[in-house]
Amino acid sequence: MTAVAVSEAAYVSRPLRGRLRVSTAWLGAAPFLLYTGLFLFLPTVLVAVGAFSGPHGPTLANLARLSQPYVVSAFLNSLVLSAVSASVGAVVGSVLAYAVATGSPDGILRRLVTAFCGVLSQFGGVTLAFAFIATIGTEGFIVIWLQQHGIRFYPNGVWLFSLTGLTLIYTYFEIPLMVIVFMPALDGIRPQWREATETLGGGTWHYWRHVAGPLLMPAFLGAWLLLFANAFSAYATAAALLDIGGVIVPLQISRALSSEVGLDQANFAAALALGMVVIVAIITVLYARLQRRSARWLPR
Amino acid sequence: MSALDTRPTGASNGGSRSAAEVRLEDLRRIYGSTTALDGLTLTIEAGELIALLGPSGCGKTTALRLIAGLEDADGGRVVVGSRDVTNLPASRRDAGMVFQAYSLFPHMTAQENVAFGLRMRKVGLGERRQRAGEMLELVGLSTQADRYAHQLSGGQQQRVALARALAIRPSILLLDEPLSALDARVRSQLRDEIRRVQREVGITTLFVTHDQEEALAIADRVGVMRAGRLEQLGPPTDIYARPATPFVAEFVGLTNRLSGTVKDGSVDVRGIRLPLIAADTPDGPAVALVRPEAVSLAVATEGSNGPLSGTVIAVSFLGAVTRLTVDLGDTTVLVQIPTAEAAAHPGGTRVRVALRQDPVLITREDGLGRP
Ligand SMILES: Nc1ncnc2c1ncn2[C@@H]1O[C@H](COP(=O)(O)OP(=O)(O)OP(=O)(O)O)[C@@H](O)[C@H]1O
Ligand SMILES: [Mg+2]
Repeated sequence: MTAVAVSEAAYVSRPLRGRLRVSTAWLGAAPFLLYTGLFLFLPTVLVAVGAFSGPHGPTLANLARLSQPYVVSAFLNSLVLSAVSASVGAVVGSVLAYAVATGSPDGILRRLVTAFCGVLSQFGGVTLAFAFIATIGTEGFIVIWLQQHGIRFYPNGVWLFSLTGLTLIYTYFEIPLMVIVFMPALDGIRPQWREATETLGGGTWHYWRHVAGPLLMPAFLGAWLLLFANAFSAYATAAALLDIGGVIVPLQISRALSSEVGLDQANFAAALALGMVVIVAIITVLYARLQRRSARWLPR
Repeated sequence: MSALDTRPTGASNGGSRSAAEVRLEDLRRIYGSTTALDGLTLTIEAGELIALLGPSGCGKTTALRLIAGLEDADGGRVVVGSRDVTNLPASRRDAGMVFQAYSLFPHMTAQENVAFGLRMRKVGLGERRQRAGEMLELVGLSTQADRYAHQLSGGQQQRVALARALAIRPSILLLDEPLSALDARVRSQLRDEIRRVQREVGITTLFVTHDQEEALAIADRVGVMRAGRLEQLGPPTDIYARPATPFVAEFVGLTNRLSGTVKDGSVDVRGIRLPLIAADTPDGPAVALVRPEAVSLAVATEGSNGPLSGTVIAVSFLGAVTRLTVDLGDTTVLVQIPTAEAAAHPGGTRVRVALRQDPVLITREDGLGRP
C-alpha cells in the first residue's frame, strides 16, 4: 500500500522521466515493429483482403468454396500431418534432449548432437525429399538391398508418396528442431529439485508428476506449437515428394495460384491462406493462455 | 551443555519425533581417483548440532549426501537411532535437507513447498495446510505463505527451505552451506535463527560450512575435516583454544608461527616460557602456534632491543579490535588488540611484544614444509 503510494508520488513528481522512458521504449522496439509489420502484418492483411475480393468487388464466394469436400479434407490432412509429426517430433525430441542434457554440459556428445540437430532441423525441401526417395523410394538402395535378401520393404504397397510418407519425412526435421528448442528448458531444471523431492520422500514418478512435469510443460507445449506451425506451413518437401496436388493446404494454394482457369483462383488461394492464418492464430491464443497460467511463478 | 540450554521435546511445537542419535561409521566414498571420504567416523548425539568445517573439497558435501542417501557409500555405515539406513534410498531415509540455494520448487508457493513432503506421505489436505502453517510460523514467515520463490529474498527462501525440511519431522536435519549465498548481515541473523529453530524442535543436526566463524557460533560441537577425514571434533572453545593439530589451529582462526625450544613440558619462545597443549611433546627445537590475541604490545622503552622488540609495519582496523603486524627483525607477528589500545601504536612506532600464558600447540614444521 505505502510502497505503491510512494512510487506513484515519485512518478508524479518526475513526469518528464516517465515520458522519456516511454518514448525510448518505442524507439527500441522500432526494428521489431517494422519487421513484423512488413513480414507478418502486411501479408496477413493482403491475404485477408484477397480472400474477400472477387472480380466484381467484395464477396464471400472464396470463403464459401472452403467448405467443398476436397478443401475440407486438405485442411484435415494438414492438421493431422502437422499434429502427428509435431507430436512424434516433440516426444522423441524431448527424450533425446533429456538424454543429452543430463550428460556432461560441455561433453563431446552434447556438442555433437547440438551441431547435428542444428543442421538437420534446417534440412528440408527438395533435398530431404530426394534423400528419402533415394533410400526408401521404390528404387531406393535400402529397398533394393532388402529385396536382394528376400525382404519386401513395402509388403502392403508403397506408402512413401502418401500422407504417411510425408509424416515420416516431416518428423525427420521436427525431432532435431525439438531438441534445439527444448534443450534450454531442460537446462533450467536444477538438480536440487530432484534431490529435494527425494529427501522429502518422493520417487521418480512424484518428481515428474509434481516437479519436472509442471515446470517443463509450458516449454513443451510451446515447442509443440512451433513444430506444429513448422509442419503446417512446410511446402517444398511435400511439393517435391507428392505429384498429386492438393493433398494438404499449402499444395492446394500452390495449385490454385498456378491454375490457368478462372481469374478468381488467386482470391481462392488467399481464402485458403486465410484459413491457415486463422488456425495458427487459434493455437497461438491457446498457447498464450497456458503461458499466462505458468507466468505466475516465473520471475519477471 | 549449559543449564540454560533448553531442549524442549518436539511434539507441541511441531518438531521432530523424539530426537535420534546418528552414527557415521568409517564412511568411504571414492570418485574415480579422488577419495572424497576416507573413513569418516562421527556420532551426533540426539538433538545435538554438529558443524562440519573444512576447506573446499575436503568432503563435507559428500558426507551430507551420503547421510541423505543422495549418494551411495563405498564403505561404512550410517545408523540413525537403532536403524541402519546405509542401503535405503533417499526417499526413505527421513533426512531433512537444506541446500545451498535455489532449491525451492519455483512453481509452488512457500506453503505448497513446505507441504510437499507431507503430500508425498499422503497426509490429508487439511492437516498439510495446518502443519505447513505451523512450520512457516516457526521460521517467521506466516505472512509470506502465498508467495513464490522469486517473490522472496534469498534469506526468506532459505527459511522456507528449512521449514520444508522440518515439516516431514525428519530424524536428522542436514544443512549444506545454507548461508553461503547470502550477504553478511542476513547471514548472521539467519544463523542465529537456524540455531533457535533447531533448539526449539530439538532435532539432531549436521551443519556444513567452510566459514569457521559460522561453525564456532552455531555448533554444540565442531568437526574439522581435512581430505576426507575428521581432524578434530570438540566444542567450539576447545577447537579454538586447544587445537589438536597445526591444520586445525591454522584453519580455525589466525595463528603466528614462532620458533622456539621445547624443554620439560613447556616451550621457550624468544625468552618467554609458554605452557603446552600436549604435555607429552618431546624436547627439541619446535614451532609454537600463537594466536594473535595472545600477543600484547607495550610502547618500547628507550633503547630496548631484545628479541621481543620490533616495529609496527601494518595496522588494520576491524571494529572493536585492531590487527597489527609487527616486524621482529627475523620474523613478523600478527597482533590483535582492542582498538582503544591500538591507538598508542600507529604504523612505524617501536613496540615491545608480550605473550600471554595460553597453552600453545607445537609443530615440527616451520611452515615451509621442512621438518
Ligand atoms: N560427483 C563427483 N564426481 C567426481 N568427483 C567428485 C564428485 N563430487 C565430489 N567430488 C570430489 O570429491 C571431493 C569432495 O567433494 P565435496 O563436494 O564433498 O567437497 P566439499 O567439502 O563440500 O567442498 P566445498 O566446500 O567446495 O563445497 C572433491 O575433491 C570433489 O572434487
Ligand atoms: Mg560442498
